[in-house]
Amino acid sequence: VVESVVLWRRLVGAQIRSQLQYRTSFMLDAGGAFLISFIDFLAVLVIFHNTTRLGAWSVQEVALLYALSSISFALADLTVGHFDQFPQKIRDGNFDILLVRPRSTLFQVIGSDFQLRRLGKALQGALVLVYALSALSIPWNAGRVVMFALTVPAAVVIFASVWTVGSCLAFWTTDGGEFTNAFTYGGNFLAQYPIDIFSTWMRRFLAYIVPLAFVCYFPALYILDKPDPLGLPRWLEFSSPVVALLGVGVAGLAWRFAVRHYRSAGG
Amino acid sequence: VRLDWEIAKRGWRRYASYPWATAAGIFTNTVFGFIQAYILLAVFHHRSHVGSYDAADAVTYVWLAQALIMTVYAFGWTELALRIRDGSIATDLARPLDPQRYWLAFDLGRAPYHFVFRGILPFVVGAVVFRLHYPTPLHLAAFFVSVALGVVVSFGFRFLYNSAAFWLTDIRGVVTVALSVSLFFSGMILPLTFFPGWLHAIALALPFAAIVQAPIDVWLGKHDGLALAGILALQLAWALALLGLGRLTLRLGSRKLVVQGG
Repeated sequence: VVESVVLWRRLVGAQIRSQLQYRTSFMLDAGGAFLISFIDFLAVLVIFHNTTRLGAWSVQEVALLYALSSISFALADLTVGHFDQFPQKIRDGNFDILLVRPRSTLFQVIGSDFQLRRLGKALQGALVLVYALSALSIPWNAGRVVMFALTVPAAVVIFASVWTVGSCLAFWTTDGGEFTNAFTYGGNFLAQYPIDIFSTWMRRFLAYIVPLAFVCYFPALYILDKPDPLGLPRWLEFSSPVVALLGVGVAGLAWRFAVRHYRSAGG
Repeated sequence: VRLDWEIAKRGWRRYASYPWATAAGIFTNTVFGFIQAYILLAVFHHRSHVGSYDAADAVTYVWLAQALIMTVYAFGWTELALRIRDGSIATDLARPLDPQRYWLAFDLGRAPYHFVFRGILPFVVGAVVFRLHYPTPLHLAAFFVSVALGVVVSFGFRFLYNSAAFWLTDIRGVVTVALSVSLFFSGMILPLTFFPGWLHAIALALPFAAIVQAPIDVWLGKHDGLALAGILALQLAWALALLGLGRLTLRLGSRKLVVQGG
């Protein structure tokens, strides 16, 4: 594992260096990512122009959800976002090359494309986080600090797992990639808003089975010391890291299962 | 016109060859529709109207917007820009049919495909689950006209930002800005009715409202009689203005065009 991490860092480092060669292009791309994700937050503000509360949540509280989800999603996008182009690898047969190399296929796919410009999205989330934290008076204590520190890493892992599982679909249908978008981009969209405004069946499926409620809804309840409007048991607020670990397990199994059923497109 | 028809058929056929992509797209549009519908409904929990919209109007808006996403190709089109960049545009310009007319015909073949196969199913799902607002026969007929005009306005705008490739080698930045502005101000992200007054005024002064907000308002019956004719006329005016601008840009651009390679 250690060796893999070292190798990953070298792969990514090389890609970052090459991307920074074209400064203007890079700045424009990162700026673009910043701008287009900013629209989502503008939408939150426009919604709160029409109401003071969404479910049981104020604009500052939704801003916290929005920020935590956006930052995590952007960081997941940074590491596995190029899975969106993965079906192309299957279609043109290039996946076969990975099979004969002495590293795990999942590792090779993850390390193959690292787009630093996606940080533009995370920066936007970070600005919203600064706003949310300064506007809310959070009763900080050791527990909340630890929870806060764990939320983003756990959420990144959850998003990345969802992305990986979704991408396994490409092994069966190469032009069905947009199915995955419903859970990745759609998942981020859902997680930016409080789960309690959605209907029961949606919560069950999108929040608990695809574990999007653990991205920031439950951790935020704890950080804000807010009673759950849904009245769910309190231990759920601490379970995001466990869910993240489970996610990694499921993603690994799904990937292994898919690779085993892979039939090359080439002749 | 016969030629335009043939090109349009190609536009339809290209997208009809990927049924799985269509199925996946329908699924994704539906999921986004649900998320958005519940967000807007949460607003109506606290009040009965936003502007002239009641809850049924807002939810109808969400599902119509999802139905129109692909029809008006809201997420961007860069085919022309790529042809300019790799020099293929030179061949296109040498043809007896000018590129703008070619791509417009192609787009008018693509749009009905997306309207039927990407639009109707998500809307039906929405209609099964939520109480929606349905139009009178007159408003439904006007809606179809309005959507067609919206497609042309959207095409006119897409043609313009693609033309930037005549002057810039890398137009990704331009495309991102164009997408952000048009998505937000067309009403694709949220109904313009939800905007605060000053932002609403800006949105109505821009051409983007003619792409999404206008057709949906026609469906919802927000315009009657002269006002209805007026909104269609405004869409037509924007369509002609953008096509005219596109024509001008194409002329200026092809004068400046230097194709690399021998």
